[in-house]
Amino acid sequence: MRQKLEYLKETPSQTAGPFVHIGLAPGAAGFDIYEQELGTDIAGPNATGERIRIEGLVIDGIGSPVKDVMLEAWQANAAGIYAHPEHPGEVEEGFRGWGRVITDFDSGEWGFDTVKPGPVMGRNGQMMAPHINLWIVARGINVGLNTRLYFSDEDVANATDPVINLIEWERRRKTLIAQRVERDGAIIYRFDIRLQGDDETVFFDI
Amino acid sequence: MPKQGEFYQRDRERHPPALDRDYKTSVARSPKYSLISLENTASEITGPVFGHNDIAPTDNDLLTNYAQAGQAPVGERIIVHGRVLDENARPVPNTLVEIWQANASGKYRHKKDNYLGAMDPNFGGCGRTLTDENGYYYFRTVKPGAYPWRNWVNNWRPAHIHISVFGTGFAQRLITQLYFEGDPLIEKCPIVKTIPDPDAIQQLIAVLDMNASIPLDTLAYKFDIVLRGRRSTLFENRLEGN
Repeated sequence: MRQKLEYLKETPSQTAGPFVHIGLAPGAAGFDIYEQELGTDIAGPNATGERIRIEGLVIDGIGSPVKDVMLEAWQANAAGIYAHPEHPGEVEEGFRGWGRVITDFDSGEWGFDTVKPGPVMGRNGQMMAPHINLWIVARGINVGLNTRLYFSDEDVANATDPVINLIEWERRRKTLIAQRVERDGAIIYRFDIRLQGDDETVFFDI
Repeated sequence: MPKQGEFYQRDRERHPPALDRDYKTSVARSPKYSLISLENTASEITGPVFGHNDIAPTDNDLLTNYAQAGQAPVGERIIVHGRVLDENARPVPNTLVEIWQANASGKYRHKKDNYLGAMDPNFGGCGRTLTDENGYYYFRTVKPGAYPWRNWVNNWRPAHIHISVFGTGFAQRLITQLYFEGDPLIEKCPIVKTIPDPDAIQQLIAVLDMNASIPLDTLAYKFDIVLRGRRSTLFENRLEGN
Protein backbone atom coordinates (compact mmCIF):
# COMPACT_ATOMS: atom_id res chain seq x y z
CA MET A 1 0.00 0.00 0.00
CA ARG A 2 1.32 3.40 -0.87
CA GLN A 3 2.31 5.84 1.85
CA LYS A 4 0.02 8.47 3.25
CA LEU A 5 0.67 12.18 3.50
CA GLU A 6 0.47 12.96 7.18
CA TYR A 7 -0.27 16.67 6.99
CA LEU A 8 -3.19 17.96 9.00
CA LYS A 9 -5.86 19.96 7.18
CA GLU A 10 -6.56 23.59 7.92
CA THR A 11 -9.71 24.17 9.96
CA PRO A 12 -12.39 25.40 7.54
CA SER A 13 -13.56 28.98 7.79
CA GLN A 14 -17.07 30.08 8.70
CA THR A 15 -18.64 33.51 8.56
CA ALA A 16 -18.08 35.78 11.55
CA GLY A 17 -21.84 36.35 11.60
CA PRO A 18 -23.80 39.43 12.62
CA PHE A 19 -22.55 39.63 16.21
CA VAL A 20 -18.80 39.56 15.64
CA HIS A 21 -18.55 42.85 17.57
CA ILE A 22 -19.46 41.38 20.94
CA GLY A 23 -16.60 38.95 20.66
CA LEU A 24 -13.83 40.95 19.04
CA ALA A 25 -14.65 44.61 19.64
CA PRO A 26 -17.07 44.63 22.58
CA GLY A 27 -16.08 48.09 23.78
CA ALA A 28 -16.61 49.63 20.36
CA ALA A 29 -20.05 47.96 20.26
CA GLY A 30 -20.98 49.50 23.61
CA PHE A 31 -20.48 46.34 25.66
CA ASP A 32 -18.18 46.89 28.61
CA ILE A 33 -16.58 43.59 29.62
CA TYR A 34 -12.79 43.73 29.17
CA GLU A 35 -10.41 46.05 30.97
CA GLN A 36 -8.44 46.45 27.78
CA GLU A 37 -9.77 46.33 24.23
CA LEU A 38 -7.31 45.05 21.65
CA GLY A 39 -6.56 46.74 18.36
CA THR A 40 -7.61 50.30 19.15
CA ASP A 41 -4.11 51.78 18.88
CA ILE A 42 -2.12 50.64 15.86
CA ALA A 43 0.98 52.82 16.00
CA GLY A 44 1.28 53.90 19.63
CA PRO A 45 2.45 57.29 20.89
CA ASN A 46 6.13 56.91 20.01
CA ALA A 47 5.80 56.03 16.35
CA THR A 48 7.66 58.28 13.97
CA GLY A 49 6.35 59.22 10.56
CA GLU A 50 3.33 60.96 9.19
CA ARG A 51 0.16 60.64 11.29
CA ILE A 52 -2.72 59.71 9.02
CA ARG A 53 -6.32 58.64 9.21
CA ILE A 54 -7.90 55.98 6.99
CA GLU A 55 -11.64 56.21 6.35
CA GLY A 56 -14.06 54.33 4.19
CA LEU A 57 -17.13 52.26 3.61
CA VAL A 58 -17.56 48.63 2.71
CA ILE A 59 -20.17 48.48 -0.06
CA ASP A 60 -22.10 45.40 -1.13
CA GLY A 61 -23.19 44.27 -4.59
CA ILE A 62 -26.35 46.40 -4.39
CA GLY A 63 -24.34 49.55 -3.66
CA SER A 64 -25.38 49.68 0.00
CA PRO A 65 -22.95 50.23 2.85
CA VAL A 66 -22.35 47.10 4.91
CA LYS A 67 -22.98 48.05 8.53
CA ASP A 68 -21.82 44.97 10.40
CA VAL A 69 -18.25 44.60 9.19
CA MET A 70 -15.10 44.15 11.19
CA LEU A 71 -11.78 45.09 9.60
CA GLU A 72 -8.27 44.36 10.73
CA ALA A 73 -5.18 46.23 9.58
CA TRP A 74 -1.60 44.96 9.55
CA GLN A 75 1.19 47.33 8.60
CA ALA A 76 4.86 48.13 8.95
CA ASN A 77 6.13 51.26 10.70
CA ALA A 78 7.41 54.34 8.88
CA ALA A 79 10.75 52.60 8.35
CA GLY A 80 9.10 49.60 6.71
CA ILE A 81 9.59 47.26 9.69
CA TYR A 82 6.89 44.91 10.95
CA ALA A 83 6.54 44.42 14.71
CA HIS A 84 7.33 40.73 14.45
CA PRO A 85 10.35 38.68 15.58
CA GLU A 86 11.00 37.37 12.06
CA HIS A 87 11.27 40.79 10.48
CA PRO A 88 14.75 42.30 10.88
CA GLY A 89 14.86 45.68 12.59
CA GLU A 90 13.27 47.38 15.55
CA VAL A 91 9.99 49.20 15.85
CA GLU A 92 9.18 52.01 18.25
CA GLU A 93 8.08 51.08 21.77
CA GLY A 94 4.32 50.57 21.66
CA PHE A 95 4.14 50.14 17.88
CA ARG A 96 2.08 46.98 17.25
CA GLY A 97 1.14 47.58 13.62
CA TRP A 98 -2.17 45.82 14.04
CA GLY A 99 -5.60 47.31 14.51
CA ARG A 100 -9.22 46.35 14.53
CA VAL A 101 -12.24 48.51 13.73
CA ILE A 102 -15.94 48.04 13.27
CA THR A 103 -18.32 50.03 11.13
CA ASP A 104 -20.79 52.52 12.52
CA PHE A 105 -24.07 50.61 12.89
CA ASP A 106 -26.05 53.46 11.28
CA SER A 107 -23.81 54.81 8.53
CA GLY A 108 -21.39 51.97 7.82
CA GLU A 109 -18.41 54.37 8.05
CA TRP A 110 -15.20 53.02 9.55
CA GLY A 111 -11.84 54.59 10.18
CA PHE A 112 -8.59 54.29 12.06
CA ASP A 113 -5.68 56.49 13.04
CA THR A 114 -2.15 55.33 12.37
CA VAL A 115 1.13 56.34 10.78
CA LYS A 116 1.87 55.97 7.10
CA PRO A 117 3.94 52.82 6.62
CA GLY A 118 7.26 52.83 4.82
CA PRO A 119 8.11 50.60 1.85
CA VAL A 120 8.80 46.96 2.70
CA MET A 121 11.18 44.64 0.90
CA GLY A 122 9.27 42.09 -1.14
CA ARG A 123 10.31 38.91 -2.88
CA ASN A 124 13.47 38.62 -4.94
CA GLY A 125 14.79 41.94 -3.68
CA GLN A 126 11.91 43.93 -5.16
CA MET A 127 10.72 46.80 -2.99
CA MET A 128 6.99 47.00 -2.32
CA ALA A 129 5.26 50.37 -2.25
CA PRO A 130 3.90 51.49 1.15
CA HIS A 131 0.73 49.58 1.90
CA ILE A 132 -1.55 48.42 4.69
CA ASN A 133 -2.84 44.84 4.66
CA LEU A 134 -6.55 44.61 5.41
CA TRP A 135 -8.72 41.66 6.40
CA ILE A 136 -12.50 41.96 6.22
CA VAL A 137 -15.07 39.74 7.94
CA ALA A 138 -18.84 40.05 8.27
CA ARG A 139 -22.10 38.23 8.06
CA GLY A 140 -22.37 36.82 4.52
CA ILE A 141 -18.59 36.61 4.08
CA ASN A 142 -17.64 32.95 4.38
CA VAL A 143 -13.87 33.36 4.38
CA GLY A 144 -12.23 36.62 5.49
CA LEU A 145 -11.27 38.79 2.52
CA ASN A 146 -7.68 40.01 2.18
CA THR A 147 -6.82 43.18 0.35
CA ARG A 148 -4.13 45.86 0.38
CA LEU A 149 -4.48 49.60 0.71
CA TYR A 150 -1.93 51.68 -1.23
CA PHE A 151 -1.58 55.48 -1.18
CA SER A 152 -2.52 57.94 -3.94
CA ASP A 153 0.54 60.12 -3.29
CA GLU A 154 2.94 57.24 -3.94
CA ASP A 155 2.53 57.07 -7.71
CA VAL A 156 6.17 56.35 -8.41
CA ALA A 157 6.44 53.51 -5.89
CA ASN A 158 3.02 52.13 -6.84
CA ALA A 159 4.05 51.97 -10.50
CA THR A 160 6.76 49.42 -9.71
CA ASP A 161 5.04 47.60 -6.86
CA PRO A 162 5.31 43.86 -7.59
CA VAL A 163 1.87 43.06 -6.16
CA ILE A 164 0.00 45.82 -7.99
CA ASN A 165 1.76 44.71 -11.16
CA LEU A 166 0.53 41.15 -10.69
CA ILE A 167 -2.96 42.41 -11.45
CA GLU A 168 -3.30 41.78 -15.15
CA TRP A 169 -6.38 44.02 -15.47
CA GLU A 170 -4.82 47.45 -15.16
CA ARG A 171 -8.24 49.04 -14.65
CA ARG A 172 -8.68 47.09 -11.41
CA ARG A 173 -5.43 48.35 -9.86
CA LYS A 174 -6.99 51.67 -8.89
CA THR A 175 -9.37 49.88 -6.51
CA LEU A 176 -6.40 49.43 -4.16
CA ILE A 177 -5.39 53.10 -4.06
CA ALA A 178 -6.65 55.19 -1.13
CA GLN A 179 -7.20 58.85 -2.06
CA ARG A 180 -5.40 61.48 -0.01
CA VAL A 181 -7.31 64.54 1.15
CA GLU A 182 -6.56 67.13 3.82
CA ARG A 183 -9.26 68.15 6.25
CA ASP A 184 -8.74 70.66 9.07
CA GLY A 185 -5.01 70.02 8.88
CA ALA A 186 -5.42 66.24 9.18
CA ILE A 187 -4.33 63.86 6.47
CA ILE A 188 -7.11 61.51 5.47
CA TYR A 189 -6.97 58.64 3.02
CA ARG A 190 -10.35 57.57 1.69
CA PHE A 191 -10.62 53.86 0.94
CA ASP A 192 -14.00 52.47 -0.04
CA ILE A 193 -14.12 48.70 -0.45
CA ARG A 194 -16.57 47.29 -3.00
CA LEU A 195 -17.31 43.65 -2.34
CA GLN A 196 -18.94 42.96 -5.68
CA GLY A 197 -19.62 44.53 -9.06
CA ASP A 198 -17.88 46.40 -11.81
CA ASP A 199 -15.61 48.42 -9.53
CA GLU A 200 -15.07 45.48 -7.22
CA THR A 201 -12.00 45.82 -4.98
CA VAL A 202 -9.22 43.39 -5.75
CA PHE A 203 -9.06 40.64 -3.12
CA PHE A 204 -6.10 38.36 -2.71
CA ASP A 205 -5.57 34.71 -1.92
CA ILE A 206 -2.51 35.13 0.28
CA MET B 1 14.99 23.32 12.40
CA PRO B 2 15.52 25.02 9.04
CA LYS B 3 14.39 28.61 8.62
CA GLN B 4 10.67 28.80 8.04
CA GLY B 5 9.47 29.96 4.65
CA GLU B 6 6.11 30.76 3.20
CA PHE B 7 2.81 29.22 4.22
CA TYR B 8 1.35 26.28 2.40
CA GLN B 9 -1.26 27.53 0.02
CA ARG B 10 -4.75 27.57 1.40
CA ASP B 11 -6.83 24.64 0.17
CA ARG B 12 -9.82 26.62 -1.05
CA GLU B 13 -11.79 23.41 -1.70
CA ARG B 14 -11.79 22.80 2.02
CA HIS B 15 -13.21 26.24 2.77
CA PRO B 16 -16.62 27.53 1.74
CA PRO B 17 -16.84 29.38 -1.57
CA ALA B 18 -17.65 33.10 -1.26
CA LEU B 19 -21.03 32.63 -2.93
CA ASP B 20 -23.57 30.12 -1.67
CA ARG B 21 -27.13 31.02 -2.58
CA ASP B 22 -28.57 28.98 0.30
CA TYR B 23 -26.80 31.38 2.69
CA LYS B 24 -28.62 34.39 1.36
CA THR B 25 -26.46 37.19 2.76
CA SER B 26 -23.52 35.85 0.77
CA VAL B 27 -25.24 36.69 -2.52
CA ALA B 28 -24.58 40.44 -2.36
CA ARG B 29 -21.42 40.15 -0.26
CA SER B 30 -19.32 37.80 -2.38
CA PRO B 31 -16.77 39.04 -4.89
CA LYS B 32 -17.71 38.33 -8.50
CA TYR B 33 -14.11 38.18 -9.70
CA SER B 34 -11.56 35.57 -8.72
CA LEU B 35 -9.11 36.16 -5.91
CA ILE B 36 -5.64 37.14 -7.12
CA SER B 37 -3.13 34.65 -5.79
CA LEU B 38 -0.14 36.14 -4.08
CA GLU B 39 3.14 34.52 -3.15
CA ASN B 40 4.02 35.35 0.43
CA THR B 41 6.10 38.37 1.36
CA ALA B 42 6.95 39.77 4.77
CA SER B 43 3.46 41.33 4.77
CA GLU B 44 1.81 37.91 4.86
CA ILE B 45 4.36 35.94 6.88
CA THR B 46 4.39 38.35 9.80
CA GLY B 47 1.43 39.14 12.02
CA PRO B 48 0.58 40.72 15.34
CA VAL B 49 2.14 39.40 18.53
CA PHE B 50 0.17 39.34 21.77
CA GLY B 51 1.31 38.84 25.32
CA HIS B 52 -0.05 38.32 28.79
CA ASN B 53 -0.14 42.08 29.32
CA ASP B 54 -2.85 42.35 26.69
CA ILE B 55 -5.47 40.25 28.44
CA ALA B 56 -6.56 39.45 31.96
CA PRO B 57 -5.95 35.90 33.28
CA THR B 58 -9.71 35.52 33.92
CA ASP B 59 -10.74 36.51 30.38
CA ASN B 60 -11.12 32.83 29.45
CA ASP B 61 -13.76 32.14 32.10
CA LEU B 62 -17.19 33.05 30.76
CA LEU B 63 -18.80 31.58 33.87
CA THR B 64 -17.38 34.45 35.91
CA ASN B 65 -16.21 37.24 33.57
CA TYR B 66 -19.61 38.93 33.49
CA ALA B 67 -21.37 37.37 36.50
CA GLN B 68 -22.23 39.47 39.51
CA ALA B 69 -20.45 38.48 42.68
CA GLY B 70 -21.76 35.18 44.03
CA GLN B 71 -23.90 34.51 40.97
CA ALA B 72 -23.48 32.36 37.88
CA PRO B 73 -24.98 32.18 34.42
CA VAL B 74 -27.82 29.74 33.72
CA GLY B 75 -27.01 26.79 31.49
CA GLU B 76 -24.94 23.70 30.98
CA ARG B 77 -21.49 24.31 32.45
CA ILE B 78 -18.80 23.21 29.99
CA ILE B 79 -15.07 23.37 29.38
CA VAL B 80 -14.01 23.88 25.78
CA HIS B 81 -10.39 22.95 25.30
CA GLY B 82 -7.93 21.80 22.69
CA ARG B 83 -4.76 22.66 20.87
CA VAL B 84 -3.88 25.05 18.10
CA LEU B 85 -1.64 23.22 15.65
CA ASP B 86 -0.35 23.90 12.17
CA GLU B 87 -0.67 21.59 9.17
CA ASN B 88 2.69 20.08 10.11
CA ALA B 89 1.12 19.14 13.48
CA ARG B 90 3.41 21.55 15.28
CA PRO B 91 1.82 23.39 18.22
CA VAL B 92 1.22 27.12 17.79
CA PRO B 93 2.22 28.62 21.16
CA ASN B 94 1.32 32.04 22.59
CA THR B 95 -1.33 32.75 20.01
CA LEU B 96 -4.51 34.65 20.73
CA VAL B 97 -7.76 32.67 20.69
CA GLU B 98 -10.97 34.67 21.07
CA ILE B 99 -14.52 33.33 21.32
CA TRP B 100 -18.04 34.71 21.39
CA GLN B 101 -21.39 33.03 21.72
CA ALA B 102 -25.06 33.28 22.65
CA ASN B 103 -26.27 32.36 26.13
CA ALA B 104 -28.13 29.15 27.01
CA SER B 105 -31.33 30.61 25.47
CA GLY B 106 -29.65 31.35 22.15
CA LYS B 107 -29.66 35.10 22.87
CA TYR B 108 -26.67 37.35 22.25
CA ARG B 109 -25.76 40.33 24.38
CA HIS B 110 -25.91 42.58 21.34
CA LYS B 111 -28.30 45.41 20.65
CA LYS B 112 -29.06 44.04 17.19
CA ASP B 113 -30.30 40.72 18.59
CA ASN B 114 -34.08 40.96 18.99
CA TYR B 115 -34.78 37.26 19.58
CA LEU B 116 -37.38 36.44 22.25
CA GLY B 117 -34.96 34.24 24.17
CA ALA B 118 -34.16 35.59 27.62
CA MET B 119 -31.05 37.61 28.35
CA ASP B 120 -28.93 36.27 31.18
CA PRO B 121 -27.77 39.05 33.53
CA ASN B 122 -24.77 36.97 34.54
CA PHE B 123 -23.52 36.06 31.09
CA GLY B 124 -21.57 38.28 28.69
CA GLY B 125 -20.65 35.75 26.03
CA CYS B 126 -17.09 36.55 25.05
CA GLY B 127 -13.70 35.32 26.15
CA ARG B 128 -10.07 35.23 25.07
CA THR B 129 -6.87 33.46 25.97
CA LEU B 130 -3.33 32.78 24.78
CA THR B 131 -2.24 29.26 23.95
CA ASP B 132 0.50 27.89 26.18
CA GLU B 133 3.89 26.62 25.01
CA ASN B 134 2.22 23.42 23.74
CA GLY B 135 -0.45 25.27 21.80
CA TYR B 136 -3.05 24.34 24.42
CA TYR B 137 -6.03 26.54 25.30
CA TYR B 138 -9.18 26.24 27.38
CA PHE B 139 -12.32 28.19 28.22
CA ARG B 140 -15.08 27.71 30.77
CA THR B 141 -18.53 28.70 29.59
CA VAL B 142 -22.12 27.56 29.25
CA LYS B 143 -23.27 25.58 26.25
CA PRO B 144 -24.99 28.04 23.91
CA GLY B 145 -28.55 27.48 22.76
CA ALA B 146 -29.73 27.17 19.16
CA TYR B 147 -31.44 30.24 17.74
CA PRO B 148 -33.56 31.20 14.76
CA TRP B 149 -32.38 33.53 12.01
CA ARG B 150 -33.90 35.08 8.95
CA ASN B 151 -32.67 33.10 5.99
CA TRP B 152 -35.37 30.67 5.05
CA VAL B 153 -38.34 31.36 7.28
CA ASN B 154 -37.62 28.46 9.63
CA ASN B 155 -33.83 28.33 9.80
CA TRP B 156 -32.17 27.63 13.15
CA ARG B 157 -28.48 27.81 13.82
CA PRO B 158 -27.07 24.78 15.63
CA ALA B 159 -25.51 25.55 18.99
CA HIS B 160 -22.15 27.09 18.16
CA ILE B 161 -19.26 29.12 19.50
CA HIS B 162 -17.50 31.58 17.19
CA ILE B 163 -13.72 31.28 17.31
CA SER B 164 -11.05 33.67 16.09
CA VAL B 165 -7.37 32.64 15.89
CA PHE B 166 -4.23 34.47 14.77
CA GLY B 167 -1.24 32.16 14.45
CA THR B 168 2.12 33.77 13.72
CA GLY B 169 1.45 35.28 10.29
CA PHE B 170 -1.38 37.39 8.91
CA ALA B 171 -1.90 34.68 6.27
CA GLN B 172 -3.06 32.31 9.02
CA ARG B 173 -5.82 34.61 10.26
CA LEU B 174 -8.95 32.54 10.71
CA ILE B 175 -12.48 32.86 12.03
CA THR B 176 -14.63 29.78 12.29
CA GLN B 177 -17.43 28.23 14.32
CA LEU B 178 -17.38 25.28 16.71
CA TYR B 179 -20.40 22.94 16.73
CA PHE B 180 -21.27 20.24 19.26
CA GLU B 181 -21.23 16.50 18.68
CA GLY B 182 -24.64 14.99 18.06
CA ASP B 183 -26.54 18.23 17.34
CA PRO B 184 -29.23 17.35 14.74
CA LEU B 185 -29.34 20.97 13.50
CA ILE B 186 -25.80 20.74 12.10
CA GLU B 187 -26.82 18.89 8.95
CA LYS B 188 -29.70 21.30 8.30
CA CYS B 189 -27.77 24.53 8.58
CA PRO B 190 -27.10 26.53 5.39
CA ILE B 191 -24.05 28.18 6.97
CA VAL B 192 -22.52 24.82 7.90
CA LYS B 193 -23.33 23.57 4.41
CA THR B 194 -21.46 26.41 2.72
CA ILE B 195 -18.57 23.97 3.30
CA PRO B 196 -18.81 21.54 0.39
CA ASP B 197 -16.61 18.79 1.82
CA PRO B 198 -18.39 16.60 4.44
CA ASP B 199 -15.03 15.68 5.97
CA ALA B 200 -14.23 19.35 6.44
CA ILE B 201 -17.55 19.86 8.24
CA GLN B 202 -16.60 17.09 10.68
CA GLN B 203 -13.52 19.11 11.61
CA LEU B 204 -15.79 21.81 13.09
CA ILE B 205 -17.57 19.44 15.48
CA ALA B 206 -16.26 19.43 19.05
CA VAL B 207 -16.42 16.04 20.73
CA LEU B 208 -17.61 15.24 24.22
CA ASP B 209 -14.52 14.63 26.33
CA MET B 210 -15.42 12.77 29.51
CA ASN B 211 -11.75 12.53 30.50
CA ALA B 212 -11.52 16.30 30.78
CA SER B 213 -14.87 16.68 32.51
CA ILE B 214 -14.90 17.57 36.18
CA PRO B 215 -17.19 15.24 38.12
CA LEU B 216 -20.18 16.96 39.75
CA ASP B 217 -19.10 20.26 38.15
CA THR B 218 -18.46 20.68 34.41
CA LEU B 219 -18.68 18.66 31.20
CA ALA B 220 -15.93 19.09 28.61
CA TYR B 221 -15.69 19.27 24.82
CA LYS B 222 -12.45 18.98 22.88
CA PHE B 223 -11.81 21.12 19.81
CA ASP B 224 -8.44 21.27 18.05
CA ILE B 225 -7.78 24.06 15.59
CA VAL B 226 -5.43 23.67 12.63
CA LEU B 227 -3.80 26.70 11.02
CA ARG B 228 -1.82 26.79 7.80
CA GLY B 229 1.60 25.18 7.99
CA ARG B 230 4.86 26.59 6.64
CA ARG B 231 7.47 25.23 4.36
CA SER B 232 11.05 25.12 5.40
CA THR B 233 13.35 27.02 3.09
CA LEU B 234 15.46 23.92 2.54
CA PHE B 235 15.00 23.67 -1.21
CA GLU B 236 13.84 27.08 -2.16
CA ASN B 237 14.68 30.41 -0.65
CA ARG B 238 13.41 33.25 -2.74
CA LEU B 239 12.22 35.41 0.10
CA GLU B 240 15.35 37.49 -0.20
CA GLY B 241 15.39 40.64 1.80
CA ASN B 242 12.86 39.24 4.23
